[in-house]
Amino acid sequence: MELQIDDSILVKNYISGDEKALEILINRHNQRISSFIYSKVMDRDITEDIFQDTFIKVIRTLKRGSYSEEGKFLPWVMRIAHNLIIDHFRKNKRMPKFEGSDDFNIFSVITDDKLNAEKQLIKDQIDSDLSLLIEELPEDQREVLMMRIYKDMSFKEISENTGVSINTALGRMRYALINLRKIVDKNNIVLTN
Amino acid sequence: MEEIYSEEQKICKIAKATPETVGFLLAFSKSTAFMKCRNLQFETVLN
Repeated sequence: MELQIDDSILVKNYISGDEKALEILINRHNQRISSFIYSKVMDRDITEDIFQDTFIKVIRTLKRGSYSEEGKFLPWVMRIAHNLIIDHFRKNKRMPKFEGSDDFNIFSVITDDKLNAEKQLIKDQIDSDLSLLIEELPEDQREVLMMRIYKDMSFKEISENTGVSINTALGRMRYALINLRKIVDKNNIVLTN
Repeated sequence: MEEIYSEEQKICKIAKATPETVGFLLAFSKSTAFMKCRNLQFETVLN
């Protein structure tokens, strides 16, 4: 039968400088403390973090010489773990965190309206090609198209600004689009995203 | 008296800190020291 050294003796040895004593203490109580933490937080990574923080506190207290052997070692460590679990839940309450699971991913519901980098590059390229094509249009058509598309003006406003009737502005816009299509077809330009 | 059984059995979840965590703690312990200077105590972490 293997002789088990008492926790209090291991603690004394550790305080005296025996690092091996700490290894025995950690391995002896690893499962019990970890299971206790896991039963509260139900997350293996958080369990690992709290376990680590618990023993960091234990190590600091023992090395500092602040530990008094009033009770037993394990209940003392469990109390530290318990307090750290409370801290963890307090912190999460202040800053709630939602984590998806394997079945549900929050990002499948929430989408970002922004284009991705590749699509943004393609869009920029198309915009720049289009502005070059617009330069090829006759002055009157280009003017109407620029006001309508880029300045978002109504045809009433365009007619007032250019001094032509609304119908003329509409006609110029129509011809501007027809001519743009002609230029695109003639030069085999692909303007799609 | 009728014995009541819960439909959901309490499953014992055994968790254990990984050897990496234990290793980190042992390394932390070896590198940590406290030194006293007059009435003050300083924590030092050796590399």
